[in-house]
Amino acid sequence: MKHFALMTTSALALLAGPLAAQEAEETQVVGVSIPAATHGWAGGMNYFAQEAVERLEETYPQLDFVLATASDPAKQVSDIEDMVATRGIDALVVLPFESEPLTGPVKSVADQGIWVTVVDRGLAEPGIEDLYVAGDNPGFGRVSGEYMVSALPEGGKIVALRGIPTTIDNERVQGFEQAIEGHNIEVLGMEHGNWNRDDAFTVMQDFLSKYPQIDAVWASDDDMAVGVLAAIEAAGRSDVKFVLGGAGMKEMIQRTQQGDAMVPANVTYPPSMIATAIEITALGLVSDAPVSGRFIIGSELVTSENAERYYFPDSPF
Amino acid sequence: MTTQATRASQQARPGHGINLHVLGPIVALVVLIVAGALMNSNFLSYANVTNVLARSAFIGIIAVGMTFVITAGGLDLSVGSMAAFIAGLMILVMNLLVPSMGAGISVILVGMVVALVAGLFAGLINGVLITRMRIEAFIVTLGTMGIYRSLVTWLADGGTLSLDFGLREAYEPVYYGGLFGISWPILTFLLVAILGEIVMRKTAFGRYCAAIGSNDQVARYSSVDVNRVRLLTYVGLGILVGVATIMYVPRLGSASAATGVLWELEAIAAVIIGGTMLKGGFGRVWGTVVGVLILSLIGNILNLTDWVSPYLNGAIQGVIIVLAVILQRESRPEG
Repeated sequence: MKHFALMTTSALALLAGPLAAQEAEETQVVGVSIPAATHGWAGGMNYFAQEAVERLEETYPQLDFVLATASDPAKQVSDIEDMVATRGIDALVVLPFESEPLTGPVKSVADQGIWVTVVDRGLAEPGIEDLYVAGDNPGFGRVSGEYMVSALPEGGKIVALRGIPTTIDNERVQGFEQAIEGHNIEVLGMEHGNWNRDDAFTVMQDFLSKYPQIDAVWASDDDMAVGVLAAIEAAGRSDVKFVLGGAGMKEMIQRTQQGDAMVPANVTYPPSMIATAIEITALGLVSDAPVSGRFIIGSELVTSENAERYYFPDSPF
Repeated sequence: MTTQATRASQQARPGHGINLHVLGPIVALVVLIVAGALMNSNFLSYANVTNVLARSAFIGIIAVGMTFVITAGGLDLSVGSMAAFIAGLMILVMNLLVPSMGAGISVILVGMVVALVAGLFAGLINGVLITRMRIEAFIVTLGTMGIYRSLVTWLADGGTLSLDFGLREAYEPVYYGGLFGISWPILTFLLVAILGEIVMRKTAFGRYCAAIGSNDQVARYSSVDVNRVRLLTYVGLGILVGVATIMYVPRLGSASAATGVLWELEAIAAVIIGGTMLKGGFGRVWGTVVGVLILSLIGNILNLTDWVSPYLNGAIQGVIIVLAVILQRESRPEG
């Protein structure tokens, strides 16, 4: 049903596009290019992008939006080329699939005088984009580490699960390690759970076999936290006091909100940052407000007191 | 046919010394078990053995079906995506039925039937395209792999499909419970493996698979219904993917685009490590079981020890897979 509704709205938008163009003299077009919804976080990002586009098309009749989702970097490059060639976009909001392959094509867009907003994953060459909107990966690790320290005031033994080996993961882990340094928290083991529920389940089972006493787990991601929690529950272990996930999946936020002792907190890395980027880009086009520069969205600690603000029941993530 | 015949005579030859071709996978498995036991005292604990066997069950059940497909000279790349799609479909149907039927056994049984029927049809589609339309198995299943992966992403709206909470509690025993301290996934895997071994060794169907994989022309002249046998191997594999999914869903109660990624390669690797020939003509179900256990044990041992950087896990896995296959290569070069 939802897919159908989205299809109809985009079809309506296509019909309405030329009409609106005739009414208002200067219609400006914003191209939005994002990776397809291949995992939970990206699914949320797609949802917030569509929502922002729908909302802004109503708010600003003089703006038109083209939204394209790509399943690989090559498709994303073609999408961007098509937007420039056939839709004559005035601004591009892009969340690069991968930094390297997208740098050249996005640079050529910028060279044509089109406004470029880059989201989350930076390009390989600095200074191409007019606006950079991103989450704070070292901050994500730091906030997680600080929470660990405050939740284990006496210190303790923890295990950690890492994501897919990438810069993002390295920055998070470094931030985390710096924050817990000197607080008597011993990291027994760290393995890659690849931001995947099944992998995290397996890794956690093996951690539980290997270490007889684990005080807490830094799952570093809510998908991994789901797997970790299932493994702990299946093993019937009561030594693990809590699991700290991250990124703010709605099911986990809800458990925090309801005061679940195993999921006492969360650290945000909001997929809705794509909406921030589209909003600011639109604002730059319709007003004289200066919007170029860098906009880093902080990672915030979610606890039962403020969880309500981070709970989005309609988002798929 | 000739390979089949020589191999059969090799195995039958009495007094033949140590046959590494047969023992290779077992030697590798024993070495891994000894290494694991030496490195960590918890390795042979009841909990760890249960964990490893239960997590092997999904790939294992699929790999038994894959043994028949490969023995008959085919290949199926779609099983991982198929498992994800069936899991998604199962969750959607069960969630839909909860309001009318309640969160109980009846809904779970319906879900199981849905999984088996969906698996049967998915296998049938692969099989019909390969045998009736005469398209290469690699291409057909590469295509369906993409289709099922997209379908599950679409069903989940890019996110994750989660089983109704009450239902999950009722369904959980299927993964976590068991008989006499042996969990259901392990028992199911054992049953599937034993049935597979019997079918491969004792029935006409098993012999037909080997004959077709060896030389399908000769098999055809020997009045074997080649298309029908091939079709049945894909249908059987599809049903077994359904069985694996029935075991998988209660574990985490969810399915997403990340479910079952690369299961097809793990299953194929297990089959080949076990001594089945990738080009077909000879299959060994018990070898496949050993292959699956080898793959799971590598991951388990790497998690239980600290002597390699986790970045190198993939490399260690690769080396052991190649070693296990080298151990069982034939001494004389094949034609």
